[in-house]
Amino acid sequence: MSKERIQISEALYDIMPSDYQDLVKSATYGKEDRGWKDIGTSKELIEQHSLCAGCPESMAFRYILASLPNPEDTVMVGSTGCTSLVFPMVAVHNIHSLFGNQNAIASGLKRALSVRFPGRVKDVVVLAGDGATVDIGLDMTLQAWFRQEKFTTICFDNELYANTGGQESGLMQKGFVAKMAPVGKLFDKVRLPEIARESGCHYVVNCTVSKPSLVEKVIRNAVHIAREIGPTYLQLYTPCILEIGKNSMEGLQEMRDSEKPAERFAYKEYVSEPAKQLLAELAAKDKERKAAAKQLAAQAQAN
Amino acid sequence: MAEIKSVIGTQNKKGQVYTDPWKMLHEAPRTPSFFTGSEVIKEAIRRASCDVMIAYPITPQSEAAALIGELFAEGYIGDYFRGESEFAVMSQCAGASFGGARVFTTTAGPGTMRAMENFPMWAGARLPIQMIVTCRGINSPLSIQPDTLEIAYLLNTGMLVWHAETAQDFFDWILKGYIVSEEPDVHLPLALCCDGFFVTHTKDVVNLTPTDMCLPPYDPYRSPVPCMDMECPPVRMMRDPFVMKSNYISYATHASWQQEIWAAVERSRKHTIHWLNGLVDTENTDADIVIVASGTAVSQGREAIRMLEDEGVRCGLVKVKALRPWPEEEIREATKNAKHIFVPEFNVTGWLAKEIRATVPNSQRVHAGPHVCGGMTMPPEIIVSEIKTTLGMKTFSLAGRGS
Ligand SMILES: Cc1ncc(C[n+]2csc(CCOP(=O)(O)OP(=O)(O)O)c2C)c(N)n1
Ligand code: SF4
Ligand SMILES: [Mg+2]
Repeated sequence: MSKERIQISEALYDIMPSDYQDLVKSATYGKEDRGWKDIGTSKELIEQHSLCAGCPESMAFRYILASLPNPEDTVMVGSTGCTSLVFPMVAVHNIHSLFGNQNAIASGLKRALSVRFPGRVKDVVVLAGDGATVDIGLDMTLQAWFRQEKFTTICFDNELYANTGGQESGLMQKGFVAKMAPVGKLFDKVRLPEIARESGCHYVVNCTVSKPSLVEKVIRNAVHIAREIGPTYLQLYTPCILEIGKNSMEGLQEMRDSEKPAERFAYKEYVSEPAKQLLAELAAKDKERKAAAKQLAAQAQAN
Repeated sequence: MAEIKSVIGTQNKKGQVYTDPWKMLHEAPRTPSFFTGSEVIKEAIRRASCDVMIAYPITPQSEAAALIGELFAEGYIGDYFRGESEFAVMSQCAGASFGGARVFTTTAGPGTMRAMENFPMWAGARLPIQMIVTCRGINSPLSIQPDTLEIAYLLNTGMLVWHAETAQDFFDWILKGYIVSEEPDVHLPLALCCDGFFVTHTKDVVNLTPTDMCLPPYDPYRSPVPCMDMECPPVRMMRDPFVMKSNYISYATHASWQQEIWAAVERSRKHTIHWLNGLVDTENTDADIVIVASGTAVSQGREAIRMLEDEGVRCGLVKVKALRPWPEEEIREATKNAKHIFVPEFNVTGWLAKEIRATVPNSQRVHAGPHVCGGMTMPPEIIVSEIKTTLGMKTFSLAGRGS
């Protein structure tokens, strides 16, 4: 879809909700180097949401939507959970169907889009909770990777089932006392990033969403690599402040504390060889483009 | 407005001509061919302009699902792969359909049950996926034999449900099924059921349409809900998410959408009647005794009627083709003269008899049976015997207990 398609009929303009008018006027569809810095100066692709006040998932959503390299041709796939409270507010096509089947939906979707739009870029991005990704949907998560499906899987890891009230999940830390883990969780946090690597993902990152610039970088990489090479996986810590007993202002600090070097969300990254090559090519092209723009600007000034 | 260009008369990449479906199915010459039901599924799909087929092995549909793989290899289908389970496959089908593809899949018995959560989702999302169900046993102990119990579970999903008797039905209905389920005022998935083995693994003469004609492609922009391909502006479909909101708007949205799904099933009635030439076929319904059946129970009923005729007992027949939409009026009309209505079924619970009892006046006329299940065959003799016993006529003992 091109930005030209997002238009409002003049006759209807004044009765359209203001957030639509804003989307048409100042959203960043089609902007080449869109990113988190657009937040505040352009219309975001997310309207208000109904997450708990201060929930880090809302930050993550905003950074991700600001960083998608190609939102005008991206379709997102969600799953049941707190994230599904946000998707109705997102201005890219998105699919909610069932709980845990997100990577199966995305597999079918990506293939359909490839059949229908040969030679055109149509990115698919999955965004689901840890329960959806690691527990109920694990087989479909892994099988999509085994099959080398070309889409990005993002897991909002809040280390529990938030939407149903804080039950034990596979990504919960060992020993954590929660609903359905009455004496503390008895087994280790599932090591999905390592499993992702072994399952054929070409780009795997485990981090928090405390730094928007980092989120921007990993999202762009993940989407580009998925588009050209194969599956990519991002596991982002988005603590459920409600269930771990933090107040609205404490989400950011919780993330900062958990990303210290020895902590479980210290930045970890795996990039396959073909993906490394692609990233190098993209970086070189980017450099060229920026240099050309700089030259053009200098010329304009000289004239 | 931009001129809408018709694809009719143009060729696909295999050289098949997109043909007006009515002409292709009713006027084009037919070639009699001797095929198994599975091969017939392949031949129908060859002509169906399918974009995506997703497969998973389970008897008795594995052969058909693999044959469609051959079609993919030959270039007749856009994409094809084996999913990891029926639950995943049906979600993959959903994803492909959300993305605007014409989608085909096949399953059976435990596969249908494994995937069940998807079916009301398909209907609720208005995805016109076609799923062939080659019915087989679903209970423990494991059985791979024909048994139609799984159909009972599909009836309340919001899917269209048709029950084919023969391979010829299959060939025609696969193609007609896409036409009906893709109508903008319908746009619902179709479960096209048959009795496993009896239809899939037996050979029959089937009249095929020419290989060089195919259905026009699916146009996802005729869907009543937006296609998820980012080719049209994203709309905010709801201000608040439906879930977890205990407020009037949320309830009203859910209630009205559920009603809309069933209204769409209802609206499919006129299209189904048009394309299947009625929701039921009837013979001699002025008789005192009428057999009402679906699937291969119809064939057995027909044979029983012939046998009864030899003994001077006249019997009518109603072949129920569509189960959803349900032919309520038709069945009432066809059985209005009947003193006895017999419903032979290949399952233990008699779901069809229950539907018919809820449909006709004086429902004590409905005799639920005979039933066979778990893969037993239904010799016409047991239908004959059931009818004669009810009429107080002398009949032979089928399974003597030494009485
Ligand atoms: C088949 C099925 N089982 C269970 C549920 C209930 N359910 C809804 S959301 C959810 C938890 C989601 O947890 P997670 O994926 O971690 O997302 P979060 O809410 O934590 O963001 C569960 C168990 C469901 N909707 N469907
Ligand atoms: S329950 Fe937890 S994860 Fe869900 S919105 Fe609230 S804080 Fe966020
Ligand atoms: Mg969670």
